Amino acid sequence: MEPAVVAEGLTKNFGSTRALDGFDLTVPAGTVCGLLGPNGAGKSTAVRILSTLSRPDGGRARVAGFDVVRDPVEVRYRIGLVGQQPAVDEMLTGRENLEMFARLYRLGPAEARRRAAELLEIFDLGDAADRRPKGYSGGMRRRLDLAISFVMAPPVLFLDEPTTGMDPGHRLGLWHGVRTLVAQGTTVLLTTHYLDEADQLADEITVIDHGRAIARGTPDELKSRLRGDRIDVLVGDGVDVGAVGRVLAGVTGAAPELDQQAGRVSVAAPDRVAALARVARALDDEGVAVRDIALRRPTLDEVFVQFTQEEDAA
Amino acid sequence: MSTVTVPRTRPERLRVALSDALTMTRRNLRYWWRSPEEVVGALAFPLISVLLFGYVFGSAMVVPGGADYKEYLLPGLFGMTMVFGLVNTVAAVVTDRARGVTDRFLTMPVATSSILAGRAAADVVRAMADLVVLIGCGYLVGWRWHEGMAGALAAVGLLLLLRFALIWVGIYVGLVLRSPDAASVLYPLVLPFAMVANTFVPPALMPGWLGAVAETNPMSATVAATRELFGNPSAPDGSWLTEHAVPLAIGWPVLLLVVFAPLAVRQYRRARR
Repeated sequence: MEPAVVAEGLTKNFGSTRALDGFDLTVPAGTVCGLLGPNGAGKSTAVRILSTLSRPDGGRARVAGFDVVRDPVEVRYRIGLVGQQPAVDEMLTGRENLEMFARLYRLGPAEARRRAAELLEIFDLGDAADRRPKGYSGGMRRRLDLAISFVMAPPVLFLDEPTTGMDPGHRLGLWHGVRTLVAQGTTVLLTTHYLDEADQLADEITVIDHGRAIARGTPDELKSRLRGDRIDVLVGDGVDVGAVGRVLAGVTGAAPELDQQAGRVSVAAPDRVAALARVARALDDEGVAVRDIALRRPTLDEVFVQFTQEEDAA
Repeated sequence: MSTVTVPRTRPERLRVALSDALTMTRRNLRYWWRSPEEVVGALAFPLISVLLFGYVFGSAMVVPGGADYKEYLLPGLFGMTMVFGLVNTVAAVVTDRARGVTDRFLTMPVATSSILAGRAAADVVRAMADLVVLIGCGYLVGWRWHEGMAGALAAVGLLLLLRFALIWVGIYVGLVLRSPDAASVLYPLVLPFAMVANTFVPPALMPGWLGAVAETNPMSATVAATRELFGNPSAPDGSWLTEHAVPLAIGWPVLLLVVFAPLAVRQYRRARR
């Protein structure tokens, strides 16, 4: 089966700024792909090209089986886009917004009304349904925006930083909504700043920086590629973090990271449990009081920082 | 996942485009229905002009030929309102763009023609409503048409034709401007365009060069033609332009359309950068 999204060597310049510089991406059908990258890395430009809002200067892209440049109309029948700014119609009530977009997605009048009511329920907008977005909070506006893009569960859905400005409860709600769509067969390309969001939702992650994909893999793969797991030691009050650091360096042979303020020492531990045992024994031998020792996988933040720094150094 | 039905045949496409255009028109009209203050505000200037020019300055205004000044004035105000309508179009286009609504439409299977047709249809409907209000007010202050219903309807048709042509100028300008702040500068720019014309004063009474500019103004052609068709005094000055007001009132808007409609469509397509 053809991947739902394929980009090959996309380039795009804005004046002298190179927004995309040979960007590659593959998203298998029915999966969620997280696109991570710092501001200005080219995430939004990539999404704009894939959603036919922008034409690439070079390279090719196919979405839902159609070329975005040659068959944009076919593509538009098969995608939904949630941009960074909520694009809701300020003069129409929440319900009218949904009904209008449902009509534009070719639902009949009765079907449009039914679908609008259903989405208002799902996105917890029932009380605000007959008011205009003027009086909505940022989060409500966001939810209406999302509801609109869910009007027709599209084969491919682009979510460009969808939960910016949402409270945690509604973020969970959105995640649930996305999972429901994916269970029904929708493919999702998600750009986000929140690494936990990508961790939660994405089957695969592509890290983008300076307009190129610099790393790709499942969240777990990306984490393991980062010098494996880590051991965190929380020291007690009055204990010298530097001393603990020397012990850990001696045991593992790796340079530990010291956080004086938090009283935390962190060191890479590729051999996991064996290292953990050695560290515990050594600390005990030295008579250092520690509050906690934990073996953990790196966070996506660390992955992200590592990959983008490597890229900058290269 | 929803099943997608892409219209394949010509009649199907046409049906879909029409239905989308209707949806867009309804949506655009709702905007004004929901913001009556904007609609009333836009009519305030011509309505105040009726009182100000018709009564306060009216006694000092002498129309060559000695006719009642209000009879002369009203067609000028009709024309001016059509020209001011340009600002409404620009504002609507710019607002949609700034709020990301345009982007959303552009990623949907909605034809550019449907979006533009929806804009144009809504603006024409509003222009009709504006004219109904103005004609009603004109009636109250004693303005009348004298050439029968057919003449009056033809005059209204010419006014709407000018407005229709300006819609495409407005769409183009709105897409080029992009920012709502830039759009607010437009009003003072349109104002002289509506004034340096035969709106309030016959161009023959202006200094020679200004009168020539005023007479060449496309709006002057429409106003002179409507005065003729309504049977209102038109201060004939024997110039070629006034003698041929009706053909010019058709020719000017058609020229604007030929130039700006393709520009507007191209600019809309280019909104996908």
